[in-house]
Amino acid sequence: MLSLFKFKGGVKPQTNKTQSVSEPIAVAPLPSRLFVPLHQSIGGTPQPLVQAGDHVLKGQMIGAADGWISSAVHAPTSGSVRAVAEHIAAHPSGLTTLSVEIEPDGKDEWGERTPIDHGAMAPETVRERLREAGVVGLGGAVFPTHGKLTASKTVPMEELVINGAECEPFITCDDLLMRERAEEVIRGVGIFRDLLQPKRVLIGIEDNKPEAVAALQAAVAKLGEHFEVVAVPTRYPAGGAKQLIRVLTGKEVPAAKRSTDLGVQCFNVATAWTAWRAVAHGEPVVSRIVTLTGNVEKPRNWEALIGTPLAEFVKLGAPKADTNGYLMGGPMMGFEMPAMDAPLVKATNCIIAGSPTLFPPKAPEMPCIRCGECAKVCPHELQPFEMYWFSRAHNFGKTQEYHIFDCIECGCCSFVCPSRIPLVQYFRFAKSEIWAREKEKNAADQAKARFEWKTAREEREKAEKAEKLAKAAAAQAAKKAAEAAAAAVAPAGNEPPPAGEPAPTGAPSTNAASANASPVAVAVTANDAAPLDAEAAKKAAIAAALERARAQRAAVAPKNTDHLTAAQAREIAAVDALRQQTGLEAAPPADNGETKP
Amino acid sequence: MITAIAIMALGAVVLGALLGYASIKFKVEGDPLVEKIEAILPQTQCGQCGYPGCRPYAEAINKGEADINLCPPGGMEGVQRLADLLGREVKPLDAEEKPKAVAFIDEQTCIGCTLCIQACPVDAIIGAAKQMHTIVADLCTGCELCVPPCPVECISMPVIGENLDNWKWKYPVIELKKVA
Amino acid sequence: MEFTTSPYLLKNASVQRVMLQVLAALLPGIAAYVWVFGSIILLQLVIATVTALLAEAAMLKLREKPLGLFLSDGSAIVTAWLIALTFPPLSPWWLIVTGTLFAIVIAKHLYGGLGQNPFNPAMVAFAACIVSFPALMSQWPAVGLQVSVADQARVVFGLLPRLDAISGATPLDTLKTALKLDEGSISVTQLLADQTVYGFFAGRGWEWVTGGYLLGGLFLLWRGLISWHAPTAFIAGLSLFSGALWLYNPAQFANPMFHLFSGGAMLGAWFIVTDPVSGCTTMKGKLIFGFAAGALAYLIRVFGGYPDGVAFAVLLMNICVPIIDHYTQPAIFGMKDRS
Ligand code: SF4
Ligand code: SF4
Ligand code: SF4
Ligand code: SF4
Repeated sequence: MLSLFKFKGGVKPQTNKTQSVSEPIAVAPLPSRLFVPLHQSIGGTPQPLVQAGDHVLKGQMIGAADGWISSAVHAPTSGSVRAVAEHIAAHPSGLTTLSVEIEPDGKDEWGERTPIDHGAMAPETVRERLREAGVVGLGGAVFPTHGKLTASKTVPMEELVINGAECEPFITCDDLLMRERAEEVIRGVGIFRDLLQPKRVLIGIEDNKPEAVAALQAAVAKLGEHFEVVAVPTRYPAGGAKQLIRVLTGKEVPAAKRSTDLGVQCFNVATAWTAWRAVAHGEPVVSRIVTLTGNVEKPRNWEALIGTPLAEFVKLGAPKADTNGYLMGGPMMGFEMPAMDAPLVKATNCIIAGSPTLFPPKAPEMPCIRCGECAKVCPHELQPFEMYWFSRAHNFGKTQEYHIFDCIECGCCSFVCPSRIPLVQYFRFAKSEIWAREKEKNAADQAKARFEWKTAREEREKAEKAEKLAKAAAAQAAKKAAEAAAAAVAPAGNEPPPAGEPAPTGAPSTNAASANASPVAVAVTANDAAPLDAEAAKKAAIAAALERARAQRAAVAPKNTDHLTAAQAREIAAVDALRQQTGLEAAPPADNGETKP
Repeated sequence: MITAIAIMALGAVVLGALLGYASIKFKVEGDPLVEKIEAILPQTQCGQCGYPGCRPYAEAINKGEADINLCPPGGMEGVQRLADLLGREVKPLDAEEKPKAVAFIDEQTCIGCTLCIQACPVDAIIGAAKQMHTIVADLCTGCELCVPPCPVECISMPVIGENLDNWKWKYPVIELKKVA
Repeated sequence: MEFTTSPYLLKNASVQRVMLQVLAALLPGIAAYVWVFGSIILLQLVIATVTALLAEAAMLKLREKPLGLFLSDGSAIVTAWLIALTFPPLSPWWLIVTGTLFAIVIAKHLYGGLGQNPFNPAMVAFAACIVSFPALMSQWPAVGLQVSVADQARVVFGLLPRLDAISGATPLDTLKTALKLDEGSISVTQLLADQTVYGFFAGRGWEWVTGGYLLGGLFLLWRGLISWHAPTAFIAGLSLFSGALWLYNPAQFANPMFHLFSGGAMLGAWFIVTDPVSGCTTMKGKLIFGFAAGALAYLIRVFGGYPDGVAFAVLLMNICVPIIDHYTQPAIFGMKDRS
């Protein structure tokens, strides 16, 4: 038997898991509308590949990954795209995000699915496939999985940790997945193992899920794998990646390091399952298992399509009358869904209907009495009350000295605080302030550098211009001198040119300027040419330029708007929208519309 | 008595020597205060402070020629931080605080005169003569310097609203008074 | 759901619960106190409690804080009880009132109220009063006082002149005075043999009271409200210093047992140095804080001019708390090899 390690801290809230495990996973019926956000993973926002009116098939890619750390998004069912527009996001802010609205046609017709044999392919191809299939960490972090499947070059990969701990109260989706689809989970783990080549594979499950442990053990035995399925003590947050790694391997991954640097990597069981579906069945991530529980009549797990609006989903569970809100995720780290039409996303592992009895209104906050309870339960062994103190005082430098970025926002500290201080919110506040400031600082540094660069360039150009002028003047003077000499040689008694006549600076200067700044518009030249009547000339020039521009536009339709891709068309539409919004132009000119495909 | 005085004197001499040495050894080049002031200024380079850029304003503050409340992009927070740094009194900003905006060129109207390029302090506009111009939004500091030169008035300054990228967790509201 | 951020589940914990448990933990000590010194202490507890609550209410009102919320948190009552228990039981009522007012108004609220006070309010009160009224603060009635409770109450309210019977001193004080007067002609061992004053090992009756405090402390430990660090370190500091000197010269210095169970040592170990607000917060810090407070308490007690040293020792260490905390920050998860 593997000897387990301990992590410090942690709490034991009521698990509330039994309500939702009595029924097997059911497939949720097709909703009437789907709102699939394009940005569902860490990293770049995928580019939309469809536009309103397109017909899509189930599994068809509707958003292409943008950059390596990004993940594709797919149509969850067949139907027609109603719009590609901003829609409220599954996010605590209640802000909107670019989403594809799909009206299902009811056929749920798959597009082409091409299974691959991952054993026979180069690892890069498999990673690419996972990226194209939109496989991301389904434990809640939604980090693109392919990005974690490259072993560190310097540190040998020792352990692959598979996270089936599921420590948050109420959530049972991984539990049911492991019970019902153990074999496919293990096969998915096999893919990760093949890509990472670790020495050992450890699957950690909290010991309050004996059925899942048994199912996985059976599957491992059946497939002849050498994975170790380990029951770990039930204590929140044992399912935090870092905590599970600690418990199973004894390694502690600090915030500043990646786990591969310590020779260990961690994936969620549901991620392993989707990886297997993507590789062996060619099925991208279009649905996920979501626990619907809390204040509902029929708590259970549903396999729901990504993009299902919350309102339609919660109907499946028949929420009780006193339900006053819905949490996405668990009660320890989740957030309240901002609106009923916010969609389920890849990160949605659980929806909890809340009620005043389930989550009683919070008692008023008291001052911190420095009791140290929070420090006692912090799994990262931080001093939350110190971080709280400095966050409250907006002293963000100090919060960083107390390692605020090592805080995983697990909520243990708020859970135990006798003064009921919303510590985690203070930390989130401090973190986002620090990030914003960092961004601002970087932008300022960049602006400063660019400003200095531009100033230097202007100076240099001025110097060059002066040099040119000097040269021209010298040439002029030489010419004059030569002329003078010639004159002197010819008829004597002719008036010699005044000795000290300065080189005629005025005219050449203007010439030089207009020659030099050749791209500079007519306005400049006009201005310089007629300094006396600058205003009028300028106006005339502008009018002329405007006229020319209009003529140009009328004459030639812009070439670069032919043959647009859907994505480009979308971008143009967005720009037009912005233009209208800023009230620059009442509406884009008609010819613009015509040139659009 | 004499020994005591001698010891004191010796101590004074030794410490003085140490201090003198340290001041030579750890001498800081340049004027770090100007750097510190400049680090607080937002580098928008807009000239609204009446100086041609943030650096000159920083120098003016350092010399005591300028007040600390002249930089509108820095906002009240900037004034506060300058006051903290310099030990001066906080003053209300000498202008209205504006939300951050970036320039936007209406490409349909632009006549390609390049005047805005020359005005932009941070080279955030790309384009060439008689071609339409556009703003590189990531580089734009929102200084508005390109707006007045444009002969066809096609540059506007839309405000950057709150979006998922710049959204911040709010400071927890403490409702103590309600109870009692 | 009205609150904006996770976690949405909270443990059923509150400052009030913490404080009530601390009060409960004081009960065994109080029971022993009543049994040994009579029920007059109950009157003093009531006086202190009422004063504390009134002062707290007034200060909250002044500072525009919600009255109900803070009055019911129980922290003022804890301070009040500690004051009543450390002051002599027959102190005039105004002495208790003054001490309590001092603790609540100055030591607590002028520093920002609950959670903000750098010094332990009860100890501030004790120190202030013993400096201002040294005689009154060191008059302890003899154990088994033959005066009716009613008469004692009259004494407290100044209706009866202070009786000779109450002008005794604590065993700790008595021993100190005896040693000072005798200049080495009599040894501690001989003195301690007088069971009418010194009881079995630490003062007649006192042993029971301090034993009660020990019991309460163990209760707090069991409830997880305090950690073992500070009390253990305090006891270790006190025993180590007293033990060393006792081994060096048993005729001059009392044994550690005597020191542990007399005076304010036990109360200090379990209820004062464990005060979270004014004490250290890191585990290492608590050890240092406790040990130093124990050692200082001993030194002040034996070599200083006051009958007991716990209050001064704790206050002195309160000053050092920020710096101790700063230098004893624990290594965090994943950074332990990098010290
Ligand atoms: S648990 Fe709450 S009251 Fe206790 S130290 Fe932490 S923040 Fe302060
Ligand atoms: S939320 Fe952060 S500070 Fe609080 S217990 Fe969790 S890791 Fe520690
Ligand atoms: S007003 Fe503009 S130029 Fe002046 S300091 Fe502020 S940002 Fe810089
Ligand atoms: S100043 Fe105006 S018209 Fe000229 S290039 Fe810039 S945006 Fe175009």
